[in-house]
Amino acid sequence: MKVKVDSEKCQGHNRCYALAPGVFKVDDYGYATARGDGTVPKDLEEKAKLAIENCPERAIFVVEE
Amino acid sequence: MADAVKDWTEDYDIFDKDYIRNPFPIWDEVREQCPVARTDRWGGSFMPTRYEDLFNIARDIEHFSSRDVLVSAVMPPPDAEREEVVDEELIAQYNVGAPPITSDPPVHTWARKILLPPFSANAVAKYEPETRELCADLVEGFIANGRADGAADYAQQIPPRVIASMLGIPKEEAPMFTEWVRGFLELGLTNPELREQSAMNIFQYMNERIQERKANLQEGDLVSYLLQQKVDGEPVPEGHVLGTCFLLMVAGIDTTWSSIGSSLWHLAQHPEDRKRLINEPEIMPLAIEELLRAYSPVTMARYVAEDTEYAGCPMHEGDKVLMNFPAANRDPRMFENPDEVIIDRPKNPHIAFGVGIHRCAGSNLARMEMRVSIEEWLKRIPDFRLEDPGAVTWAGGQVRGPRQMGLVWGS
Repeated sequence: MKVKVDSEKCQGHNRCYALAPGVFKVDDYGYATARGDGTVPKDLEEKAKLAIENCPERAIFVVEE
Repeated sequence: MADAVKDWTEDYDIFDKDYIRNPFPIWDEVREQCPVARTDRWGGSFMPTRYEDLFNIARDIEHFSSRDVLVSAVMPPPDAEREEVVDEELIAQYNVGAPPITSDPPVHTWARKILLPPFSANAVAKYEPETRELCADLVEGFIANGRADGAADYAQQIPPRVIASMLGIPKEEAPMFTEWVRGFLELGLTNPELREQSAMNIFQYMNERIQERKANLQEGDLVSYLLQQKVDGEPVPEGHVLGTCFLLMVAGIDTTWSSIGSSLWHLAQHPEDRKRLINEPEIMPLAIEELLRAYSPVTMARYVAEDTEYAGCPMHEGDKVLMNFPAANRDPRMFENPDEVIIDRPKNPHIAFGVGIHRCAGSNLARMEMRVSIEEWLKRIPDFRLEDPGAVTWAGGQVRGPRQMGLVWGS
């Protein structure tokens, strides 16, 4: 599983980082990006999915490989 | 006294007694019958209630401007009467808005960029220890009495002191800020003279603090920080700094104490949720999001910037739209069993802090204050209940939360 945050849509709600800090990080403004190349470790997949469902801006999506 | 509301879809009244006390069944009715309600009361406005509509309108900044985020409850009094109340020159001097909540791009873009770093989750974590100490002291002050007003003695005491600490102004003056903010945002919505006078008090007070800091910049307080920010290589205009300080005081006080109060109101009636929060502290962050969803305090407004049509409603330039985020957060299309508080609800994309470019800049601060205030309360008073459920009073309009709420514990 690989995820990406659409930086045009992210408004810095901090929800993904709070739910899945191993998958996402935030900058000084609170805007989120996926860690590394966005590949989600197997044991964090559930958390990544939860982050996607909780983003109020619908800014996170799964990258099809 | 206004006439009683007969049809909530065509004649709603956000200051109606029943609406303030229990708006949830009214939102349910409106949401199913006519999801964008309208009214001629209080200057007239539209009120969307479905999640999807709030999501769309909040993100359509071209048609829905933030230049005026409050409903004009009543017209200002005639000029002759005005002069006695406030100095016209002061009004002109302080006509700076409350950026960036009242800004549209392009000003909004740089104004927000300046404001976000001091309100990031990491930045507000610095204020957690002192918030914890404050909450602990408050509880210790009344715990032996076996009762306290959860709104007036606890919730209301916390946000004014935390924002004072961030602004670098004396915390002892918190009761005065509280009075001003209520005068502007709560009681002032139906009393224009009080509203104007309260705004002038805040502007005047903050302007004095700005002049002090200008002469003697400090490390770490928000006033000094704002004065040192630049836009296009130039210092941020002083009027802008003043407007932002006004916003921080107004937006950082009434809203968060409403959320803390509503959370205690819920927990007082739900021993099973209290028990879970005590036994499973790891669910606290989810609980905070759920309490924010179920008891969202804030309904901001938008100003229709050009004639448009939304969901079949013709809207004209200058019309107001009440952004009923609290009703969106109870929309069954988005949330399963929306009227049930599921304390560890997993899927919860609530928009209590709004959505789009005006997402509440203080959301991380509000969450921290809610979490810490509930934790410190439950640590000392794990069991408590409403003294008299019928005696709880609520503030409503654009910010909803309990204002008198007797809580009791012990034998």
